[in-house]
Amino acid sequence: MNDILLSAAYLAAAILFVTGLKALNSPQTARRGIFLAEIGMLLAVVGTLLHGEIIQYQWILVGLVVGSTIGALMAIFMPMTAMPQRIAISHSFGALAATLVGIVEYYQRGLTLDHGTMAALGFEVLFGSLTITGSLMAFSKLQELVKSAPVTYRFQNVSNILLFFALVGVFVFLIIRPATGVLFYSMIGAGLLLGILIVLPIGGADMPVVLSLLNSYAGLASAATGLVINNNVLLIAGALDGTSGFFLSLMMSRAMNRSFTNVLFGAVGTMKAGAQAPGKGEEARTVTRYTPEDAAYILENAQSVIIIPGYGMAVAQAQHAVQELAALLIERGATVRYAIHPVAGRMPGHMNVLLAEANVPYDLLCEPEQINDDFQGTDVTLVIGANDVVNPAARYKKDSHLYGMPILNADQAHTVMILKRSLSPGFAGEDNELFYEKQTMMVFGDAKATLTSLVQLLKKIAVAQAG
Amino acid sequence: MNNVLFESLYILALAGFLGFEVIRKVPPLLHTPLMSTTNAISGISLVGSLVAAGSGQSIVGTILGTIAVTAATINVVGGFMITDRMLKMFHRRESTPQ
Repeated sequence: MNDILLSAAYLAAAILFVTGLKALNSPQTARRGIFLAEIGMLLAVVGTLLHGEIIQYQWILVGLVVGSTIGALMAIFMPMTAMPQRIAISHSFGALAATLVGIVEYYQRGLTLDHGTMAALGFEVLFGSLTITGSLMAFSKLQELVKSAPVTYRFQNVSNILLFFALVGVFVFLIIRPATGVLFYSMIGAGLLLGILIVLPIGGADMPVVLSLLNSYAGLASAATGLVINNNVLLIAGALDGTSGFFLSLMMSRAMNRSFTNVLFGAVGTMKAGAQAPGKGEEARTVTRYTPEDAAYILENAQSVIIIPGYGMAVAQAQHAVQELAALLIERGATVRYAIHPVAGRMPGHMNVLLAEANVPYDLLCEPEQINDDFQGTDVTLVIGANDVVNPAARYKKDSHLYGMPILNADQAHTVMILKRSLSPGFAGEDNELFYEKQTMMVFGDAKATLTSLVQLLKKIAVAQAG
Repeated sequence: MNNVLFESLYILALAGFLGFEVIRKVPPLLHTPLMSTTNAISGISLVGSLVAAGSGQSIVGTILGTIAVTAATINVVGGFMITDRMLKMFHRRESTPQ
């Protein structure tokens, strides 16, 4: 009877997970969806705890209390700007749990495993170990514990591929002879190493793809755990996580015009060393610098404004200042919308979360397909800390790394205002033609400081007009 | 290969297709909450961790299982809480401007 109750709890959990995810298709129902998924989780955990297989509770209790405390503290105090790091580290935790369960399974059943279960177990610890260190590496880069620039060295791809094939070889051998313990543990070691090596050459702007991919791997590790311990709810939840990450990395790679095989094998962001040279070579051209006063004068007369945020906005923590400026412009009768490129920032949806935090209504946040035709009649495009996603080179420059990437048509507006720290090229090392266009106004400086002074200037103008 | 494993593979394949259909309808607006939700949900590996930590089969199992329980619980509790914190921030315009 107990078994049937447990199976029923798992079934209910699986249904609640799918229903919960389905509710995420709209911001209005999303919170209800999370609630459903929480109930599903509670059912599955309580069901497992009451099951006869568990005979000692003291260590479980320790784990639950410590985990809940850390999880809750992270959720409450983590600033929204640190969201990409948090996502990265949580992939690492998920993969760690799956890998440890896999090791325990092998340790306790190693000599009796059949070939099929060994294959599933192999996938579990392979995806798991790779994700543990890969995500830690991504976390360290995002947190800037290590340099976020791509780390490249000679024969990097060759040695990674060799390591990968060595892993596959060991894996196949293990499936044939599951009892070879040395190979099992060295496979985990090699997986941990490969995780680090794969993420080393990846730079900041490619993080959305990598985080999605690691999300997928963590899910696949959980799904494989379900195969090993023959637990359907684990299988289903893992599959949902795996496909979600897979789908997101597909979306992200499409938004950057990278082929999917390129993403699957993790060979993202391996830019050639010479990539920056041409940009520097033709630096003879100059851009015209404008002051915040010039910008305020233009904005004062603008009827329509489209704001394009990028990672620079997150770095400068300028989302609240952006919102303040936008609110002021709306108050003055202008229409203001935001154009959000899928790969703006460091993770899928990064800009949306930051702007939502700053109290920007989500119906003002537009996807490229919704807004790209509207740039033509727009008075001002305000680019804040974005670069590659507005680089016209993506349209015509065949030798560019950006070529073919769908960009926002920022250049079609009457005036393009670019708030930027310096004239440095974007992540792709590609000089941005847009900076030199005649309709472009470059305003250099910290984005937050510039936006704050724009707000003050506009308020001053308004007072002067009223008086 | 045993039959149980094949049945599991059926479920895995179908859940994968179902997941893809459900998740492709999530707007880019909510892609970050989506990621943290699926992350919390895949913390269901907690179920496996609980058995490892509590079945008392070996000391290694208890130790590694307890670490696994901790790691999975961080994801479950933290993941759901931060997703809710994020979703609370999303709101529509209260009144149309002008």
